[in-house]
Amino acid sequence: MSRVDVQNLTKRFPTVTALQSVSFSFAHGEFFVLLGPTGAGKTTTLRLIAGLERQDEGSILLDGEPIDARTPAERDVAFVFQQYSLYPTMTVYDNLAFPLRSPLRKTPESVITTTVNEAAEKLRITHLLNRKTAQLSGGEMQRVAIGRAIVRAPRLFLMDEPLSNLDAKLREALRVELKHLQKTQGSTTLFVTHDQIEALTMADRIAVVNEGRIVQQGTPDDIYDRPDTTFVAQLVGTPKINLLPANRRDGSVLVRGSAISVPVPRLALTDSFLLGVRPEDIRPDPAGSFHGTVMLIEPLGVETILHLRSGELTLLSLVPGMARERVGEEIRFSIVQEKLHFFGPDNRRIAEQGH
Amino acid sequence: MATIQLSGVEKKFGELHAVKPLDLTINDGEFVVLLGPSGCGKTTTLRMISGLETVTGGRVFLNGEEITWKHPSQRDMAFVFQFYALYSHLSVRQNIAFPLQAQGQKRDIVDKRLKEVVDILHIGHLLSARPGKLSGGDQQRVALARALVRHPAAFLMDEPLGALDAEMRESMRAEIKNLHIAQHATTVYVTHDQVEAMALGDRIVVMSKAEVQQVGTPIEVYYDPANLFVARFIGSPGMNLVASRIAGGAAEMPGGNRYPLPAGWAKPLGGRAEAVLGFRPEAARVSPDGALAGEVYATDMHGGYTVLHVNMAENEIVHIRSDRQTSYPMGTRVRFDIDPKAVRFFDPKSELAVRREAPVRGEVAR
Repeated sequence: MSRVDVQNLTKRFPTVTALQSVSFSFAHGEFFVLLGPTGAGKTTTLRLIAGLERQDEGSILLDGEPIDARTPAERDVAFVFQQYSLYPTMTVYDNLAFPLRSPLRKTPESVITTTVNEAAEKLRITHLLNRKTAQLSGGEMQRVAIGRAIVRAPRLFLMDEPLSNLDAKLREALRVELKHLQKTQGSTTLFVTHDQIEALTMADRIAVVNEGRIVQQGTPDDIYDRPDTTFVAQLVGTPKINLLPANRRDGSVLVRGSAISVPVPRLALTDSFLLGVRPEDIRPDPAGSFHGTVMLIEPLGVETILHLRSGELTLLSLVPGMARERVGEEIRFSIVQEKLHFFGPDNRRIAEQGH
Repeated sequence: MATIQLSGVEKKFGELHAVKPLDLTINDGEFVVLLGPSGCGKTTTLRMISGLETVTGGRVFLNGEEITWKHPSQRDMAFVFQFYALYSHLSVRQNIAFPLQAQGQKRDIVDKRLKEVVDILHIGHLLSARPGKLSGGDQQRVALARALVRHPAAFLMDEPLGALDAEMRESMRAEIKNLHIAQHATTVYVTHDQVEAMALGDRIVVMSKAEVQQVGTPIEVYYDPANLFVARFIGSPGMNLVASRIAGGAAEMPGGNRYPLPAGWAKPLGGRAEAVLGFRPEAARVSPDGALAGEVYATDMHGGYTVLHVNMAENEIVHIRSDRQTSYPMGTRVRFDIDPKAVRFFDPKSELAVRREAPVRGEVAR
């Protein structure tokens, strides 16, 4: 079992406070992702858990036991970095066997062979076992690096942007493999990324980090459907959520600078606020109540981004397939009412009434 | 005005081809994207158009006039790089005005042109700043302004968004497209990012291994890829490609899956024992009475939609795009169907697309 509790971690560097009282927990078998922009404190958190760095305040518990005083080796965690850090002159087999051959472990060679072969099979690198790692592609190297982490069967995997150096196609493929592997192995994983797609697609739960603090925790559905702040709302989803300045007037929500209005929700609305609409919730619709001019069309194949001018605002709309609209065309559109987001002047989600 | 024509243009380093002989006409006002993975020859091609790289064979024409051996500065083309290449000791205003002053343009013309491009790119508030103080996006706007201000015959852009973060890339992509709509200047644009290519290009030239794989509109390369490379490279995830045996009027796939050949395919596939069946993730749909089946390998939430990865058998995994409600635990057996109009076939040896019998326009699933 390996449950991790991170409690009130604070880490100060000479010129900056990298982490400010960060707390989160994840359970055995969970794939937990720290998502945030560069410099948010994600990697620092990971390094504190690994023991590569010492926190100024707070505590880290593994299965309920504080591990703050333990060395990295004593913590039994495996690290996978963005850089593969393999031994280039060794074969793939020897790279995979390396952690097991540690003099501290005294693993019999027959067990090593079985373990390495099993790991290679899971990662589909059996055909590469006799190659030198210097001859491998980036994707293959990262598979080997992951393989070297899994042969040890550590209590915890720590992964720091392991897919960032790969090209888009490989990243996509390895994302699926990694997730499948993690679920079939039941391993506990903490994964750090700045890529919202990686976070949404792989995580059981996500903690969004910004400026050394955790700003929201939840499942991918929670983060995408109920972002607590405009920061989180804008961080996930592509194209980005539309944030429209709005006022409440005569039983309606009026979007400033346009003729868009929607019914007042059952929320404790302030006088002036931001209405958030995801691009897929703005739909060209001949029966729609709103008008807009198509300013720009970006066909992506599977879907198309329409830039719609409505009054003084430009809205992004995401439609399936290849759009039939043309630049300059006046169209009608509708907005999915059930999926609107409301944010107050403090950029925080406005809570539902009675909550 | 600029029509650019490449006729048998190639680049060899010793015996090695960086670009194999290539024929391409870029029409006046057209936005053409050279797309491919790193090392495919796209940047070398762009540099041969600009004159920064000499050709080892073939000829380059601008508006019918041969420019193969002309100096880059005499080609009247403006280059925009991934890295902004701005002068750090000059203000934004001085950076933008620089090419005009180098041409010896009069002050009132410089001012007029400057105002023009500054308005288009919304950078009026940055004019007195030093480039080093600007965000990546703003620096690239200034670099674009400096290219625009010359009124060149053509723009050559080499991964201009490559150094920007994802969010900035998305908004700058739209700005570049807006700029093109406003100016209609002939543009050749290099990228490795298929999303960028699809969003921007009037036509896309897909390259791999020093060779052109397909030239077509975004619709053509997406729906009718010329070969397996293009089918995989375009789209995220790419087209599903399943090795199949053709027998008894059906494609037989791993896991005992049988898919009856859709209309128009029996003849072109006749006499073949094997073919690769291709379909886009959005052309498949999970349905209880679907003709095909497999086990859920993983489910990805992508925000507005879900991608199901289904293992048909023997790690032949296909990707199915579905709504957010469709989520299954790993290992669940699911049935699915493919829209017959969206199915494509490829030859497993030549890797080329098999042409369907008399494709009817408008019938092709889009």
